[in-house]
Parts: sequence; C-alpha cells; structure tokens
Amino acid sequence: MSRNGSVLKNLDWTTLFIFVALALFGWMNIYGASFTYERTGIFDFANPSGRQFVWFLGGLLIGGIILILDYKMYDMLAYIFYAAMILLLLATPILAHNVKGSYSWINIGPLVFQPAEFAKCVVALAVAKYMGSYGYRVRDWRDLWIPAVLIVVPMFIIMVLQRETGTALVFLAFLLPFYRQGMSGLVLLAGVLAIVVFIVVIRFSILPVAIGLVVLFAILIWRTWKIKRFYRWVLAGMLVVYLGFAGICNFAFTKVLQPHQRVRIEVLLGMKDDPSGAGYNVNQARIAIGSGRFFGKGYLRGTQTKLRYVPEQDTDFIFCTVGEEWGFFGSVLVLVLYAIFILRLIQMAERQHDTFSQIYCYSVASIFFFHLTINVGMVLDLLPVIGIPLPFFSYGGSSMWGFCLLLFIALRLDAARVEKWH
Amino acid sequence: MINDQYYNRHIVISGIVIGVVLLFIIKLFFLQIIDQTTQESADNNALYHHTIYPSRGLIYDRHGELLVFNQPIYDVTIVMREMGRDFDTLGLCQLLAITQQDFNDRIATISNRRRNLGYSPYTPQILFSQLHKSDIAALSEELYRFPGIAIQKRTLRDYQYASAAHILGSVGEVNQNDIDRDPYYQSGDYAGRDGLERTYEKQLRGLKGDEVLMRDARGRIQGSYHEGEIDKPAIAGSDMTITIDIQLQLLAEKLLNGKIGSAVAIEPATGEVLAMVSNPAWDPKRLVGRERSANYNDLAQDETKPLMNRATQAMYSPGSTFKLLQSLVCLQEGGISPNTRYDCNGPETLPIKCTHHHGSPVDLGSAIEQSCNPYFWCAFRDMLQKNGYGDDNDIFRERYNLWRSDIMQFGLGQRFEDTDIAEQAAGCIPSESLFNRIYGRKGWKAITIRSLSIGQGEILVTPLQLANEAAIIANEGYYITPHLNKHDSLLVHRHETTIQPTYFRLVKEGMHRVMTNGTGRWHNIDSLQMCGKTGTVQNPHGEDHAIFIGFAPQDHPKIAVAVVVENCGFGATWAAPVATLMMEQYLLGTVKRVTKMEEYSKQILNSNVTQR
Repeated sequence: MSRNGSVLKNLDWTTLFIFVALALFGWMNIYGASFTYERTGIFDFANPSGRQFVWFLGGLLIGGIILILDYKMYDMLAYIFYAAMILLLLATPILAHNVKGSYSWINIGPLVFQPAEFAKCVVALAVAKYMGSYGYRVRDWRDLWIPAVLIVVPMFIIMVLQRETGTALVFLAFLLPFYRQGMSGLVLLAGVLAIVVFIVVIRFSILPVAIGLVVLFAILIWRTWKIKRFYRWVLAGMLVVYLGFAGICNFAFTKVLQPHQRVRIEVLLGMKDDPSGAGYNVNQARIAIGSGRFFGKGYLRGTQTKLRYVPEQDTDFIFCTVGEEWGFFGSVLVLVLYAIFILRLIQMAERQHDTFSQIYCYSVASIFFFHLTINVGMVLDLLPVIGIPLPFFSYGGSSMWGFCLLLFIALRLDAARVEKWH
Repeated sequence: MINDQYYNRHIVISGIVIGVVLLFIIKLFFLQIIDQTTQESADNNALYHHTIYPSRGLIYDRHGELLVFNQPIYDVTIVMREMGRDFDTLGLCQLLAITQQDFNDRIATISNRRRNLGYSPYTPQILFSQLHKSDIAALSEELYRFPGIAIQKRTLRDYQYASAAHILGSVGEVNQNDIDRDPYYQSGDYAGRDGLERTYEKQLRGLKGDEVLMRDARGRIQGSYHEGEIDKPAIAGSDMTITIDIQLQLLAEKLLNGKIGSAVAIEPATGEVLAMVSNPAWDPKRLVGRERSANYNDLAQDETKPLMNRATQAMYSPGSTFKLLQSLVCLQEGGISPNTRYDCNGPETLPIKCTHHHGSPVDLGSAIEQSCNPYFWCAFRDMLQKNGYGDDNDIFRERYNLWRSDIMQFGLGQRFEDTDIAEQAAGCIPSESLFNRIYGRKGWKAITIRSLSIGQGEILVTPLQLANEAAIIANEGYYITPHLNKHDSLLVHRHETTIQPTYFRLVKEGMHRVMTNGTGRWHNIDSLQMCGKTGTVQNPHGEDHAIFIGFAPQDHPKIAVAVVVENCGFGATWAAPVATLMMEQYLLGTVKRVTKMEEYSKQILNSNVTQR
C-alpha cells in the first residue's frame, strides 16, 4: 500500500497527461477519419473509433498493472522475455495469414495481434539489461557487438520472415541510446552519409558521388595525418567501403528492393510523377493537409478524409485528418505535444540513477521519436512511404498496447528512482 | 547519471528531436499557408456541382395574353454501376420504342471517356435526351424494374401561336463562343439565339441553381455538402410583357400570308411596336428541341430567305411615301410655302412625268392627295437651289447637306440605337461624298439627283423606318424609338425634329385627303379618320413593290402603319388594304369589313404575287 502510494507520488504525471491527451485526440480523429455520414456513435464497437477507445482503456489497464508490479522484475526477466519474444517472432510467420503481403498478424480467438509491436519493448529491456550490467562500458566499437546482435536478430526476423520492413526499421532507433552511451557519433554521420550517397546515386549518377567521396576522405585523412597513423587506414578503408556501397546502390535499388518500395522512393525523389498510381497516397495526403489552411475545416468537416480520398487514413495516414480538420494550428499543436513528450522522456532518462533505467528510457524516447519521424515524414512527403503507426493516434490495438507497455514500464522505473537511490 | 562523460550528448539528441519537429512545422507552413492550390484540388476532388435549371421567363403580349411558355421535356439518365447483372435491356428498349442496337450504341458513346469527358459510372449520364411526355409515359410507370435508370425533367420553349417568330426569336444550345464570352454558360446550356430571346437573355434566363454534393473517391454521391449551406437555389427568369398586340399581329400575318413583304405598326405616342410581320416566316415551334437544327438548316437554305426579318432588315426605296418628308423639309427650309403652286402637264411633264390625272397648277394638299411627281421635283429643286449654286457648287452642296440632315432627323439612313430590336439595316440617305464620288465634285446638280424628290434613286429605307416616319407625322414632330419591351424605362427617349408643327398639320391634311379622295380612297373608313400615303416603287429586278404608310385617327393617332409587299404592283391595290385592315382591327378590336378581307385573299390567290 505504501509502495503504491509512493509510485503515485513519484509518478511523472506530466508525461502521463500528455499521453492521455494525445491518445484521446487521436481517438477523436479516428472517429473523424472513419466517419461515413451514417452517424454511428463514437463509442460504437462496430467503428474503429469505438474499438480504439476499448484499446485505450485496455492500455490504461495494462499501465495500471505495470505500475502495481515490482520494478525489479523487468531487470531480472529481461533476457527471458527476450528469448520468449524471439521464439514468438519466429513462430509468427508460420501461424500468420497473409495480410497485404505481411506475415506478422496472428489470431488469438477473435482478436488479431501483431507480436512485432511488443518486440520493441522487449528488445529495449534486453539491451538496457546488457548495457546496464555492472562494469559494462562502451569503450570502442567492439563493446557494441552484443547490443547490435540483440537488435539485429528481431529486425531480421521481422523484415525477412514477416515482411514488415517498416516495423523492422524502427529498431534503428536504438542507435540513439547507443550514441548516448558512448558509441561514436561518426557512426550516425556515417549512416547519414550512406543515405546521401544512396540518394545521389539513384537520383543522379555515380560519378559525382565517387568524386565527392574521394575529396571528402582526402580532406579527412589530411586533417588527421598527424594524430594517429591508425586513423588514415580506417578512413581509407571506409572510403573503399563507401565506394563499394555507391557501386552496388543501383543494383540494390533495382534488384534487392521490392518493386513497390522502389517506386515509393522514385516518387519521393521526384523521379516519377504518378499521382494516380504509386504517388496517389502522398498526393492525396498533400491535398488533404494543404486544404486545411490555418484553422482547418473543423471537426468532422474534412472532405478529403471523409470521402476516402486518402487511403489508410485511420492508421498510417491519420495525420491527414489532423491537418485537414484542425489545420496548421492543430497540426503544430500535435507536433509540439509530441516534442514535449519525447523531450520529457529524455529528461526522465537523464535523471535515472541506474544505467538500466536510463538506457531503457532513452530507448523508449527514441522509439517514439523514430515513429513520429517516419510517419509524419511520410505523410508530409519528406520520406518514402513506410507503413508504421503514429503512436497513440493510428488505429490499432497491438500498436496501442505496445506503446503503452513501453511508456508505462518507463514510468514505473522512473517512479522507483527514489527507492533505488536508497 | 549526471556525472558520466557523455552527459552532454543528451543535448545533441534533444537537438535532433527539435530539429525534426521544426522541419515538419516548416513543411506544414508551406503546405497549409503558402501553397494556395490544394484548396482547389480538394474541392475538385470532393465536390460535385449539380446544376438546377431555372425556368425561363414567360412572354406576354401587351394585353397580358400568354405567348411563350415552357414545356417539360424529359431526359432518361443512367447510372451504369447501378444497372446490375440481370438488367432487362430488352424491356427498356420496348418501353422506349428503340432497338437494342440503338441502346448499345448509346451506351458505347456514353462510356467512351474521349467522347464523354465527364463520364463516371457512378453519376447519372444522359441516355436519351429531350423526350416528350408521351415517349416516357410507359417507362415512368415501370421505372422500378430498371435499377440505375431515372427520368430527369428539363424545359423547352413552347408557343401559344404559330406567330411572331422573328420578334420572339428562339432558344438553342450555347456554342463555344458563348461559353468563352460569358462564364455563366456551360456546355449543354440553352440561351436565346436571336430576337427577343437573345436581347433579353439575361433577364429571361434567370439564374442557375447549384446543389453541392459530395463525391467520394470512387465517384459515388455521398449526400449534400455541409447540409446544403452553400447551395444556391435556382432563380426563375423574369417574365416579360411585350408591346405586340397578338391579335393585330395574327391579322397582319394572315393578310401577308402567301406574299413576300412586311408590315409594322407602332403606337405613335409611345413608340411601342404593335405588330411587326415579315413574310415568309415559320412556326416558332419548329425551332425547338431535337428538330431545331434540321429545321433551322431548312430555313437557312430556303431561297425566299425566311430567316431574314424583312421588317427591319430589308431595304426599299420609299417611293411616293417619301413625298411626305419632302413636303415637310421643303416647307421648313423655304423651298416652298404652304401656298406655292406648280404646273403639272401630266405625262408630258419634264423632267419627271406625272402618272395621275388632276388639275393644274397644284398646291401642296392636292400634290400629296394626287401624288403629283412634278410638284415634288419642283419643290426639291427650289429648296436646293434657293441660293444658287455658288462659285464652286458649294452653296448648293450646303443646301443639300441641310436637306439630308433634316431627312435623317426622321431616323432614316441609320440604325435605331436605343432600341431592343436586334437585327436592323441602316438604309441609305445618300451623302454629298457619295454623289461626289459618282459624278465628281462639280458634276452634280439638283437635276442630277431628281429621283430623290419622289423617293427613288439611292434612297433606301426599312419598313420599320417607314412606320416610324408615319408615327412622326402622326405625332406632329417627334418620335420615341420603336421598341418591343413594354416595361423598359430606358427605351422612352423622345427624339424631336426641327420641323414646325404647323407644317405637319398641312401634311396630315394631305394624307387625310389621300384616303378620302386620292389613291387610298377605296380602302377608307370615314369614322376612323384615316391618313395615308401609297407608294409604288420601281424595282429594277422585277415587278414594282407596293408600299403604304399611314396612321389613324387624324387627331390623337393611335396607330401608325407601314406595309411593303414585294413584286406585286400598285401600293393602293396591294399594300393599302393590309394597312387599313390592320388599323380597323386595332382601333375597333375586330374587322368588320369581312368581305373586303375575303376579296383581298381572293385577289392574292388569283395573282402570281408569291414567288413560290
């Protein structure tokens, strides 16, 4: 009793309130997005909005349970959870039906759920556990082998066996906690450079890329010449790797990527203008959001979303409804709420006294951030179309509960920080 | 873990988060605030404008009798996607009395997006247009059997009388020109193509209504937009009352039936056109609906040119009717005085002979009564030569210009500007420069242009101008431009002439004598105090044209008339009866001289007046 009392006392209510606000606003917009003029209630279970409300209540229930349970459990059971999750992920493609080309959904009685949504939380716990173990420090890149394997295995299963590229890419979010724990920032820069190389090769040609890379690395080698002999060999090796990467970009683009992925990238890069085909979603999203103007068309008065011009509008493209009905004002409000939410999680991570909690909280913040970036970036035509949900907004029970799990474990660990200190 | 060596990295991470969110906000700013095109794209996507056609204004005659109204017609429409698999095509064809081949052809045309740009299988497409009630009666009872088929009502013009086709004009589908000129129109709309329908198009058409419906991504209609708050109801066109007296119009049409010619009647005090007939004409019902274009082509190719409104577009020399204006101008400008007399030697007179037998010398009254050519030649000559010719012919030409401008005060040689009568010809009162071109600057004198004195030669007038001339004399000096709209305050501007009223009274007296003693005496009704003047116009292409102008009664005239009958002979024989019967009809409300009318009709039958 006293313990629960202290949990409630030490709980980060700000984060919880932002979560509730986002989830309720998301729920309103799901009602708006699936509204079909046949005026059924917002609570009607036949509607996505009705079901989403149930998922939300279920999420709160899960959250409540997590807050009641002992915080030490997550640290202790992290590897067991991880092992169980890997088995479940492996079993999923065998049990799953084909849903739009993906084998990630399994039926449990009347419910359909997606284990991959819960894998994020489990992997975060395992990574936190490993990196938070006594005496572990990231001294150089070799120390990151194990954490890297911990995230690459589920990523591989989800991408290759379950064909859920978007969900698999979310695991790249762990690069941010790695970085915070001491991974060289150059890894992030190297990743950015790889993306730039890829885009320029695809969009233009390999020649400027090769010249640019040679010049860049020549400068880097010249600058580091006097520091350490080892660096010049590393840099030279990296140049070779990048040149090789540039060389296979076109091959990878045309042969490895699936056609629909290729077309999405081509549309994004403006290489293909296909507003009724591959570019349809993005074009309709642009029209829906743009026509919202400053204050939006008003709740339930958006035409583009109501009349089904925007596909997937209650799931991946839910942000269109926000843009159309609430305008620039509402969209910015939502984005600012998300920013505060994520920054608050980062702040929460920084105030932890144990590495496990810190890494876990960082992972949660990074996963939310990654979802926000990929989802909104896609809707705003800044990134290729990758189908991942906007946390708490997009319709779906698995994702709602997966996010709740992530968030409430972080809140629970945070609430226990005073206890742990003593 | 505040004290670890990578603590500052949380600032980098937070910076990335803030940077990404800012990037999104900037993108949203461009998308939602700067870019103005998305609103239109959104409306094009989602809003389906369903036009509601207003009913066109009705047209009444001056006594409130309905002339033009609307008849319902029916379009059969089809929504392809609703037809279903076991659609009873054969049954539909039987009910519409068409073959299955017709139906299939039509379906192929509709669903061809190249030929039918607005095609959607989810919205109604016109399967068959402009069917009459009798055509769709059978179908409308069994409509429930045919999913996707609907009957849509529109309106076409209909006419109470087979009359006044030139005046009323017709309504037809707009062409690309109209659409470019006035964005109100869309392809398939109807608009007035000629006559009053065109002149008063904006007033008659009303305003189309707009029902804004929502269309989903698959083209299906999903109900009205914002509960209809931006819908616009159709506003029916305004009715109009025209100045025509339909009974008078019908009589005049009947009298001219079988001849080529025209008749115009005007109420002198107001300029209101009481009747305006051009023959040959057509039944206005022929230029309506599906038959319109074929019938229009027939009329356009007809050798007698029925589409031309002879009352306003045909030009004739005025002949002896012009002597009235000569009298007025010569009196005013001092060529003659009321007491001036000239000798007449009958057929022997030079340079213009007299075709009538009367005493000599004659004064103005007798000259008008007897239509004495030599008198008017002398008056014209004396008016022009009053001050001699001058060194360079300049004094003479000055007199000629004075004469011409006096004549043009009567509305001749120019189109009426302030009127709603659309198609007009200007006619011709020859200018000084025209004669200079023909004869050279010094090469022409009064004797050269002597034909003008008796209304022959280069002078050309339209029947409408002739009727207006009669109205001016009736009014003793002014006219209000002839017009057709009974209630248009813009059309009542009074045009004054500079001729003294006393001279008009002299001329009126002469015209009265024409009807009592002169060329019109066979057609006079004493009680109506008719005034008139006949004319027989020499026509280089064939038989003479018969002309009559006049008004009645002499004091406070109620009706002024001009009649022209082409290629038939004497004005007194062919034009005067028509004009006087019209006066009788208008003033008495009926024609009492029934035998006269029958005689006249017989006279036409026994002649070869018609060219057909």
